[in-house]
Amino acid sequence: MKKLYLLSLTAFSLVGCANRSTESALDVGTNQVQARQMQSRAYDTTDKEKTLRTVISVLQDLGFVIDKADLNLGTVTATKLDGYALRMSVTVRPRNAKQLLVRANAQYQEEAVNDPAPYQAFFSSLSKGMFLTAQNVD
Amino acid sequence: MRKFLILFFTLSVLVGCKTGIPQDALTLRRDSLERRQLESRKFNGSNEADILSACSGVSQDMGFTIDESETKLGVLVCSKNREASTGGERFAMALLFGANAANSMDKSQKIRLCIIVKPVASSDLGKPNEWVVRATFQRIVWNNYGQITRLEALSESELYSQFFQKLSKSVFLEAQKI
Repeated sequence: MKKLYLLSLTAFSLVGCANRSTESALDVGTNQVQARQMQSRAYDTTDKEKTLRTVISVLQDLGFVIDKADLNLGTVTATKLDGYALRMSVTVRPRNAKQLLVRANAQYQEEAVNDPAPYQAFFSSLSKGMFLTAQNVD
Repeated sequence: MRKFLILFFTLSVLVGCKTGIPQDALTLRRDSLERRQLESRKFNGSNEADILSACSGVSQDMGFTIDESETKLGVLVCSKNREASTGGERFAMALLFGANAANSMDKSQKIRLCIIVKPVASSDLGKPNEWVVRATFQRIVWNNYGQITRLEALSESELYSQFFQKLSKSVFLEAQKI
């Protein structure tokens, strides 16, 4: 009987992952506000085009290949293939009269990236790129 | 048996469904500057659109089809689907090791190419006439079962030097309106 309990417990722990697959369409992941904070940084520039170009070149430095880009909407989507598939969308929009807000969200294989560390790493690379662009360095 | 089950249970709880993103996936690698140099070349030209159309010309020369472009940001994305192994190779594999081995061989691949043009930063102040073109290749490979066997960036230096040779020709041809 004890064995049976253990077995069913194990089975439950495995099945636990298989929730209804359509639910993921509107899944917000963790906290919506928290996610936005984690995925966004403000930069002291109003040049949307230059910022998007910097985002593209930083993504290329990180090994991404661009999928789509749109200046009017201020979006760039890119994919990195390195034994895994990592897809990322970056949006750039005005935050106030002096700042732009850059937001990035990533999807690793078939799951959203909710860990703050990769976003911190991305924004630290982007900040370097933004600095170099501001200094007119290639 | 009980110990084994407890261990298994603990592991399954710890692992859950997630494998997680590699921690270095979004950090700059040590060789990223080297890679940038390998993947970039400078070109002279009066405007960005000319350089981009030379790029689209060269990608068509190589059999790529355009997936996406945004001239305002200097972006051109294209791809092509090709066989990853020839029918003859798969047949030989089937003869030697059976159908299973032949089916798990790489069969088809999608090669993606993304070309980004941007003005050289130092010439940015006035009217730019120097442009940096950066190309990056990646590919997805499937076997006969339709399973993905490889997801990778292509980093052979030979590939990039050949690509830029072709692009130089294309830029010249575009300038001469040929």
